[in-house]
Amino acid sequence: MPEQVSTRPRRSLGGWLLIAVPYAWLLFFFLAPFFIVFKISLSEIAVAIPPYMPTFDPADGWNGLVELVGGLSFDNYVWLTQDDLYWKSYISSVSIAAISTLITLLVGFPIAYGMARAPKEWRTTLLMLVILPFWTSFLIRVYAWIGILKNEGLLNQFLLWLGLIDQPLTILNTNLAVYIGIVYSYLPFLVLPLYANLEKLDTSLLEAAADLGCPPWRSFWTITVPLAIPGVIAGCFLVFIPAVGEFVIPDLLGGSETLMIGKTLWMEFFTNRDWPVSSAVAVILLLILVVPIVLFQNQQQKAAERGL
Amino acid sequence: MRQGPSWFNVTSLVLGFSFLYLPIVLLVIYSFNDSRLVTVWGGFSTRWYGTLLGNQQLLDAAWVTVRVAFASATIATVLGTLAALVLVRSGRFAGRSLFSGMVYAPLVMPEVILGLSLLLLFVAIDQARGFWTIMIAHTTFAMCYVAVVVQSRLAGFDRSLEEAAQDLGCPPARTFLSITLPIILPGVVAGWMLAFTLSLDDLVIASFTTGPEATTLPMKIYSQVRLGVTPEINAICTILVGVVTVVVVFTSLLTKRREVRRAQDMRQAEAQA
Repeated sequence: MPEQVSTRPRRSLGGWLLIAVPYAWLLFFFLAPFFIVFKISLSEIAVAIPPYMPTFDPADGWNGLVELVGGLSFDNYVWLTQDDLYWKSYISSVSIAAISTLITLLVGFPIAYGMARAPKEWRTTLLMLVILPFWTSFLIRVYAWIGILKNEGLLNQFLLWLGLIDQPLTILNTNLAVYIGIVYSYLPFLVLPLYANLEKLDTSLLEAAADLGCPPWRSFWTITVPLAIPGVIAGCFLVFIPAVGEFVIPDLLGGSETLMIGKTLWMEFFTNRDWPVSSAVAVILLLILVVPIVLFQNQQQKAAERGL
Repeated sequence: MRQGPSWFNVTSLVLGFSFLYLPIVLLVIYSFNDSRLVTVWGGFSTRWYGTLLGNQQLLDAAWVTVRVAFASATIATVLGTLAALVLVRSGRFAGRSLFSGMVYAPLVMPEVILGLSLLLLFVAIDQARGFWTIMIAHTTFAMCYVAVVVQSRLAGFDRSLEEAAQDLGCPPARTFLSITLPIILPGVVAGWMLAFTLSLDDLVIASFTTGPEATTLPMKIYSQVRLGVTPEINAICTILVGVVTVVVVFTSLLTKRREVRRAQDMRQAEAQA
């Protein structure tokens, strides 16, 4: 395999096979399902197995296909615009995700910065300490907060003991609990790319600025922050995009007034058993996320090309 | 600039790591609580661990979960390593940007979408749902994580060793097994571990793609958590956290030792040359 970038390399059979195997897997199990979701979002709910109409049987051939196309309708999408539950869920998901991302950045930046400025021999350990919670179950980490945030939970017990409050605070089953859950669960996703960026920062720039009489806060804003931007962007995408569709956190920590689209989709699918409407919900969610996802991919590709 | 860590950095690290670890530590502590009321301390006891062992449903779910995780992590590691090789080595080919798009998108794609779309695929091809469908679903998203981990390992790779082997007539497959694979092995191992824990963890995708006879541990934990916080759940969670911590720390120490040894070997080789 010669290293050629400008021209197409001559590829052996093995070379093609190397590409074909993962490519075929992703085409079939990642890309193709989206077309099925789209198709079913245009179908009608039916009391049948599977619970939607029309279905497509390849054995019916061309006539089956004609019938299929004829049976498709945009009713589910019309329904989504009429019932305000859906668009309220979308708006509230995006705003909860955006606010949480901002808080995660404010919490995560000092941690990443502290790690990058720590003595070299500590850094591997610190990195390990950030990665470790990321390996432990998401569900467990969300569950841990229930015991802390409950009315009779540990946080309220502690605050009552300190005498800071004389009534337990209601935090669980509110949006505040959802913010805490998202920030906590996604913090490592933001800290890791940011740390990778800050660690590479050439400290001689800061030294030069200091020698020329630049106060530390100013060199922070004019040197460190601009150079950390790629890490900030990568980290924010890694938090924001999955948070918009989050289900576990709003379901376990949020209350009845917490509207998030992941939860709405789940209810539509598992409680109402309305597959066509949940597919339509998924299609719209995907359309909302397509721009951030494409931006994220470009960013990742550039980072990979730079060898980060 | 080199006057050691400032008080600001130390404070932010201490606060940050307390925030990350305190909830898990409290969860572990309260799994040893004698009282049934999770948040009232009633003395030290290991009785909740005893009741776990008597819970056959839970043990069945744990066994299903481990089998799914093992199978999907293994297949995902093979596919993910191939995908990483394609991304780093294959140069340009038709459909390359679609390919890299499909590798990066699952990393951020909301789980509800992945789960729903795979379920609808399995229904469309009339595949009975259960162990196999969860495994395929987990393989699909885990291989992308493996690809990213292995890719970063491949990016800083000295190609001259491979070229030398091929110049000496070593066939590509053998070059891969005896040169490329040992060098990227830490990335491959880390990728497998990541895939394993992702599968062990997953609630949403498994709930969509499972059938009546396959219930995984997260699904079991989730249905119990919905009914309220109980000390048994704290005990299961403690066991899971313990297993993951031991495995992760152990592998990272192992990789680190290998790296140190490799660096020493390189220095010696250079000194002799």
